[in-house]
Amino acid sequence: MSTRVTAEALPASPCAASRLRPYAWWRRLAALGESTPASVGVAIVLAWVALALLAPLIAPYPPNANDMAALAHATPSKAHWLGTDQLGRDLLSRILWGARPVLVIAPLAVLGAAALGSLLGLVAGYHGRWIDLVITRACDIVLSFPVIILYMIILAHFGSSAWNIIGVLTLTKAPIIARIVRGMTLDLREREYVAAAKMRGESALYIMLVEILPNARGPLVVDVCLRTGYNVIILGALGFLGIGLPPPDPDWGGMVKDTYGLMVVWPHMALLPCAAISSLVVGFNLLAVGLRELGLRD
Amino acid sequence: MTDGPLLDVQGLRVAYATRAGEVPVIPGLSLRLDAGEAFGLVGESGCGKSTVALSIVRYLGRAGRITGGRILFEGRDLATLDAAALRQVRGRRLAMVYQDPMASLNPVMTVGRQLMEVPIMHEGADTASARARALAMLREVKLADPEAVMDRYPHQLSGGQQQRIVIAMALITGPALLIMDEPTTGLDVTVEAAVLDLVRELRRRHRSAILFISHNLGSVVRVCDRVGVMYRGELVEEGSVRQIFTNPRHPYTRGLLDCLPTLGRDKRQAPLVPIAGQVEPTRARPPGCGFAGRCAHVETGRCTTGPIPASAVRGEPGHRVACVRADELARWTRRSAAAAAPAAAGTGEPLIAMQRLTKIYESGRRLRFGAPRASVRAVVDVDLTAARGRTLAIVGESGCGKSTLAKVLGGLEVATAGGVRLDGVEVGALPVDRRGPELKRKLQMVFQNPDSTLNPSHTVGYAIGRALQKLHERAPGDLAAGVARLLEVVKLPPEMAARTPRHLSGGEKQRAAIARALAGDPDVIVADEPVSALDVSVQAAIINLLNEIQSAHGTTLVFISHDLGVVRYLADTVAVMYLGTIAEVGRVEQVFAPPYHPYTEALLSAVPVPDPDHAVARVLLEGPVPRADQVPRGCPFATRCPRRVGAICDETPPPVQWLAADHRVACHIPGEELRRLQTALAEPSTAGR
Repeated sequence: MSTRVTAEALPASPCAASRLRPYAWWRRLAALGESTPASVGVAIVLAWVALALLAPLIAPYPPNANDMAALAHATPSKAHWLGTDQLGRDLLSRILWGARPVLVIAPLAVLGAAALGSLLGLVAGYHGRWIDLVITRACDIVLSFPVIILYMIILAHFGSSAWNIIGVLTLTKAPIIARIVRGMTLDLREREYVAAAKMRGESALYIMLVEILPNARGPLVVDVCLRTGYNVIILGALGFLGIGLPPPDPDWGGMVKDTYGLMVVWPHMALLPCAAISSLVVGFNLLAVGLRELGLRD
Repeated sequence: MTDGPLLDVQGLRVAYATRAGEVPVIPGLSLRLDAGEAFGLVGESGCGKSTVALSIVRYLGRAGRITGGRILFEGRDLATLDAAALRQVRGRRLAMVYQDPMASLNPVMTVGRQLMEVPIMHEGADTASARARALAMLREVKLADPEAVMDRYPHQLSGGQQQRIVIAMALITGPALLIMDEPTTGLDVTVEAAVLDLVRELRRRHRSAILFISHNLGSVVRVCDRVGVMYRGELVEEGSVRQIFTNPRHPYTRGLLDCLPTLGRDKRQAPLVPIAGQVEPTRARPPGCGFAGRCAHVETGRCTTGPIPASAVRGEPGHRVACVRADELARWTRRSAAAAAPAAAGTGEPLIAMQRLTKIYESGRRLRFGAPRASVRAVVDVDLTAARGRTLAIVGESGCGKSTLAKVLGGLEVATAGGVRLDGVEVGALPVDRRGPELKRKLQMVFQNPDSTLNPSHTVGYAIGRALQKLHERAPGDLAAGVARLLEVVKLPPEMAARTPRHLSGGEKQRAAIARALAGDPDVIVADEPVSALDVSVQAAIINLLNEIQSAHGTTLVFISHDLGVVRYLADTVAVMYLGTIAEVGRVEQVFAPPYHPYTEALLSAVPVPDPDHAVARVLLEGPVPRADQVPRGCPFATRCPRRVGAICDETPPPVQWLAADHRVACHIPGEELRRLQTALAEPSTAGR
């Protein structure tokens, strides 16, 4: 009987068992808690999502209901916690309802841009040569336009609806994401696992989507968070320029536009929607910072 | 100067802060270095040898912390010195050379300015004298044309030249102690040999003590007086080079020596003995001996309960070993290589035949308008055959075209001219996506880098299963069984299928990659440096695995490597490549015995052999490998060849001489002349001991 101990007989490292399924979503989410910026960011964003979802239940007034009597003292009061706007509409209710379009349009536009941009970036980076040249130059052309003017032209032509805004944002943001993904693809396509995939006869599409794209997801997710924040700003800007969502439904940018003339008398009417915009943007940015931190640590 | 040792590390304890709290990585290490002595610290990756070096210079970074012990250097305790006093010591009395010279040199400063900075900063020297000293130092590290080198930027120099600059920079203030952390690991074997010789010579002249850290036992023998073997943060054995390499007492030291392929052994003689298991992490240290989990001589109770103190080996002053059973173990003997068994007779039918295979990379850019596009001749007119069921090894230094050759075989690159016949089918011009399923199944590849060979986003099971599906036309239903069977072939437990690569060690990843290549039951496996990135104990296990697979499945192996020891052990036929051409081809025992091609001779004499009695007539190569776009017109080796005969070498491509039926050499020197000039290099002088 030998006393030899083989490596197999020894207990595996203590954390091995718990790490068997590292990509389970709840583990990923729990990992966010390890980064302070990420947890703060998640808290802010989730709070806004909850408020937007619950707006019909918790908003004290309908968003478009006028209370002309309240206009006499529009500042925050017991009846109107955040005061009213210039038409006597409850500001709290309008801000809550106003979160809804923002939280639908901004992420949807980013997802659209990420999908289109990833595809363009993958194809350009993987195939190289003239395909790369065509895609890169096309992206450069789009990126060289002053975007706000581009939005004004397009939305003035097609009308300003939620879908049109999503479409415009997708088209103008996709080139940026395409550049990021192309850069990563140029690196990842030289990896040995890509060579191994070619050796077993995988199609180019499989290699791009299954072998390369998942490994580009880290920086991509960070960028998506960051860009969602930027989209919130752009939505505010569009509203402020009067080419955002059509009135009377609440729109944060539009609320600022309607009331910034009254800043001297009733600053809260413009400042509170501004605060809503910035808090959401800060939330997405913190989330991006935290994700980058976590990504670097792995 | 104070009396006593120059460096006296007493009970050094180092811990790293991790997410799981503070982890002790060095649990209490003591070592002494006398003035002018060279001490080698060896061990596999993760054993803490670099941590020791970084603790001595106090460069542990934010995560690392010295938690106990003293580091007495010239009588002062470095562990407690404040930052200002440390700066006085570092650079002036204590210098360090790291593995990657490019990371040590500032890319935007000329070499000369960086060298001059050292005496100016540390000794307040004026520019003129600093320049004079820099020039003198460059001459000492044997750089040709030091005046010109002074004005170059680091990227304009080769890796070997860069490392010489770093060594010059470290020695310019005449430090009492020079710490070298894997200084030759990234270098080619001929360059490594020259750098090691330089270190030996400079050491004698400057009388600096050296702490030489390496995973390569052979290079330690060339430089050091004493050696310490580390495992899991502990010094398990220390003694003079002769003591350690002729009478190793610790089972780990013996394991390291036994699993190392040497130039005098091949697979037909004694198989390599890998150390069971893999390098264990320094955290989660067992109460007893750190090596107990892998040791063949472990005795439950004695070895596994308390700390193991280091004790002196009887009759050998200075030789200490931390093993309770050291006295009970029989004396270690180097495996004999005297009875060289003949290789398998005949050559077998050729499965792969390369004919005048050529691959030229056209650079997309013209050097100037109207000029022809720059081209790099990676592989030129290569004629080679690989016999069915045998191993063809292709050996050469970096940039010799061996990896390009592998890629052409695999269809990842397409031949520019010439052809490759795989089992009678011409595939040289067929990229892999135009090869049919049967051709794809026949030839698969194993790659070099364990960290990039498996997709980090996929589980091992998915990677192997997908290969089964594509290459074996296996229905998705019984994939799991197929994956389990393949994991068994490569000796991985079936639960590995559910893991992602980042939870696997380097050796496990490489096994999984081999399993993936085996999915289609290939006739040929092209393995491009499959063991270069692995620790020696793991390397031995992978080599044995490849051997077993070959004998069980009759697989033909095309094995690309820069490691002559591994090639000697594994190959049946060896091709030596230099700058895209074949310098020598023959059966392994023919290539590793005279007459050699002069390049083979230089390669063999450069291999560091872990045996203090191994003294060979050294053939040192001068100068760098010419750039692949500036290959000489005649013999590509002419610029560095120590046996160059004259203008004919520069002007006329060398003729192919057949020294035996299956042994050919491309050289102007007649075979008889080579035979007369050369002495045997491959067999260690201790053969038969």
